[in-house]
Amino acid sequence: MYRYDSYDQTMVDARVAEFRDQTRRRIDGKLTEDQFKPLRLQNGLYLQLHAYMLRVAVPYGTLSSAQMHALADIADKYDRGYGHFTTRQNIQYNWIKLEDAPDILADLAKVEMHAIQTSGNCIRNISSDQFAGAAADEVVDPRPYAELLRQWSSFHPEFLALPRKFKIAVIASETDRAAMRLHDIGVKIVRNAAGELGAAFYVGGGMGRTPMIGPLIREFVPLDQLITYSEACLRVYNRYGRRDNKYKARIKILVHELGADEYKRQVEEEFAHLLTLGIEPPLAELERIKTFFVDPPFEKSASDDLDRSDPDFALWVDRNCTPHKQPGYIAATISLKAVGGIPGDASAAQMHLMAELTERYSFDECRVTHAQNIVLPHVRKADLYALWQQLDEAGLATPNLDLIGDIIACPGLDYCSLANARSIPVAQKISQRFAETGKGDMLGELKLKISGCINACGHHHAGHIGILGVDKKGTENYQLLLGGSEGADTSLGKITGPGFDEDGIVAAVETAADVYLAQRQDGERFLDTYRRIGMEPFKEALYG
Amino acid sequence: MAEPFSGTDTVQFRFRDDEAVDHAAVTVDAFLGQSNASAVRIEPGDDARALLPQIGQLRLVEVNFPSFMDGRGYSSARILREAGYTGELRAVGDVLIDQLNDLRRCGFDSFQPDQPLDAEDAARAFAVWPEVYQPAADARIPIWAKRHGH
Amino acid sequence: MKILTGNDLKTGAVTWWTGSDWSLHVDDAVDVGDEADEILAREQGARRVNAAYAIDAIRDANGVRPGHIKERIRALGPTVRPDLTLKPADPAAGNWVI
Repeated sequence: MYRYDSYDQTMVDARVAEFRDQTRRRIDGKLTEDQFKPLRLQNGLYLQLHAYMLRVAVPYGTLSSAQMHALADIADKYDRGYGHFTTRQNIQYNWIKLEDAPDILADLAKVEMHAIQTSGNCIRNISSDQFAGAAADEVVDPRPYAELLRQWSSFHPEFLALPRKFKIAVIASETDRAAMRLHDIGVKIVRNAAGELGAAFYVGGGMGRTPMIGPLIREFVPLDQLITYSEACLRVYNRYGRRDNKYKARIKILVHELGADEYKRQVEEEFAHLLTLGIEPPLAELERIKTFFVDPPFEKSASDDLDRSDPDFALWVDRNCTPHKQPGYIAATISLKAVGGIPGDASAAQMHLMAELTERYSFDECRVTHAQNIVLPHVRKADLYALWQQLDEAGLATPNLDLIGDIIACPGLDYCSLANARSIPVAQKISQRFAETGKGDMLGELKLKISGCINACGHHHAGHIGILGVDKKGTENYQLLLGGSEGADTSLGKITGPGFDEDGIVAAVETAADVYLAQRQDGERFLDTYRRIGMEPFKEALYG
Repeated sequence: MAEPFSGTDTVQFRFRDDEAVDHAAVTVDAFLGQSNASAVRIEPGDDARALLPQIGQLRLVEVNFPSFMDGRGYSSARILREAGYTGELRAVGDVLIDQLNDLRRCGFDSFQPDQPLDAEDAARAFAVWPEVYQPAADARIPIWAKRHGH
Repeated sequence: MKILTGNDLKTGAVTWWTGSDWSLHVDDAVDVGDEADEILAREQGARRVNAAYAIDAIRDANGVRPGHIKERIRALGPTVRPDLTLKPADPAAGNWVI
């Protein structure tokens, strides 16, 4: 994985010093809250429902064991013994003191981590495929490109007061595991007909109150123009993105209002101009970064055999493990979705254990997924049973990846000051209900995503089943959506009809699941059946 | 905002040795309509590129920041510098300590904040980054160039 | 009644205006009548509280009850982690917010 050189270290250290000074000026009264807010946000510090919340960047979701240990230590030392892994592959802590924040950033800097631009109207942490470097279907490891973009976007002086936040995802395989087209910019590394690597740019996707699937703006940007093209995309947005209405300020609205063709034309014009300025790092820089992402020393003769005699283990392998490009290896997903648990939460003890297992079994590297789980990307099949036993003992071997119990949920009204309704209790009740009835196992792949407000941090638009919490005259109410997807077949869910109360939404999900079970044909997932039979049978069952 | 704006007397920081322009800046519309002004004031919604055909006659461009949260002025500044403008580029309005360095990097070389800034805090802010990750309108060498001996 | 809530500037803790100070306990909150803006301006200016605002509430036999569920959750703590609320010994405390 990428390691800082003295330049990178200098930058994060300078950032810590800057934020320490800003915090001092806020506490001394030299900065008003209005002036301080964008500064703390660009260091990941929110003021939430109960306390300050700190969001730490996990660039493209990759962590070493030392970093995971450090995250656990922060949970113990400065928070209340746990953290929450987010849908953008980051981690956040819920009980942070402002006066501690500079010290936390300093602790992070010691393990080459930071909270830079994890919030605010700037280019956010760049996300990627959780199986990067392990997936058999990737053209190339996407993370060097993400790292190149990370450095370019960090403290970019022109783009720190954008109309709104700006999220970039980078992938390099046909199967999109990063919801790339639901980002402000989705970059897909591809090969052209001549076999050269380049980047396809999808611009103007997003969720929130106006969900949009990003259109393809350019099929192929040569690798030695990647940064320049990105800068052109951003400059057009910074100049012309709407600033009159916060809810229309994302780039998706600009692209939608201009039309993709006109946005593209403006970008191309700016791009032609920027190409004359020499702002692109040399390819040698990309090559330097790539040296950090070479394959770990795989054992070439590692056996592909797996002893599946323990049925619980075999089930977990079938559900939670993903084929690896290297024979004899497999990628294992640690579910942070225990039945009745809080999706994405991990205790300090769990983080320490995951760090130890990362070091022992996965070449010292793990990943955070946008579905709020942890992946050990490079596990030798011969070690898999031992790994599973240790996970199982710690309650981290729930075999439910991509099943209905593998729920994405935002923190909701239990923690978030923007939320209208709680998300976590709904997730807990649904996972318990389907575990008790055994239906969860019968349903197969069914992605359930819950957001506690229209901002869609829980990706409800992209769930096969989505749930949106709303405020109905001061009480919590939940809308049901069906038919969303974030993969290569990206689609946006549609609302079924009137909303439900908390118990009602749990029952409604069960009703929708029953419709699928009654109607499915061979091999169909919930999403496939929905697409075949449409909304009506579901509506009939829910409201008829 | 049609009111001409003036006030070199309240420029708090200036990184130039030449004589400051001593007359008021005009709006972009007024500038484009008359040929002899040498000072113009850009609002966030103005297109800085509209000035380029007459850029040679300008000695002062003021870029107004009605709110420090509106970052369009950063792009305006860079566009002017990229077009070869070497005159004074002044940030005016809601200019705060923690934006000074970004403004400087985008090509501003004088600063006229609505409220006077603490000189010590400002000095620290201008020097906050020992290195930079990307080239901008200043002369600073990006980290990637240093890594590869450029 | 109108009551005031905010966060402690340095620690972020949720606090409630008691008439002379800021308390962690909503039951200590007092009715500020029409003086909310004045108190908020003064207290935030003195940095004794941050991001404070006025809300509706009622006082009944059990104490002060904010009118909206959001502030009731603020007053108690996250309903999904009873151990981290202000009433960790009461497993049913979460029912109060509904």
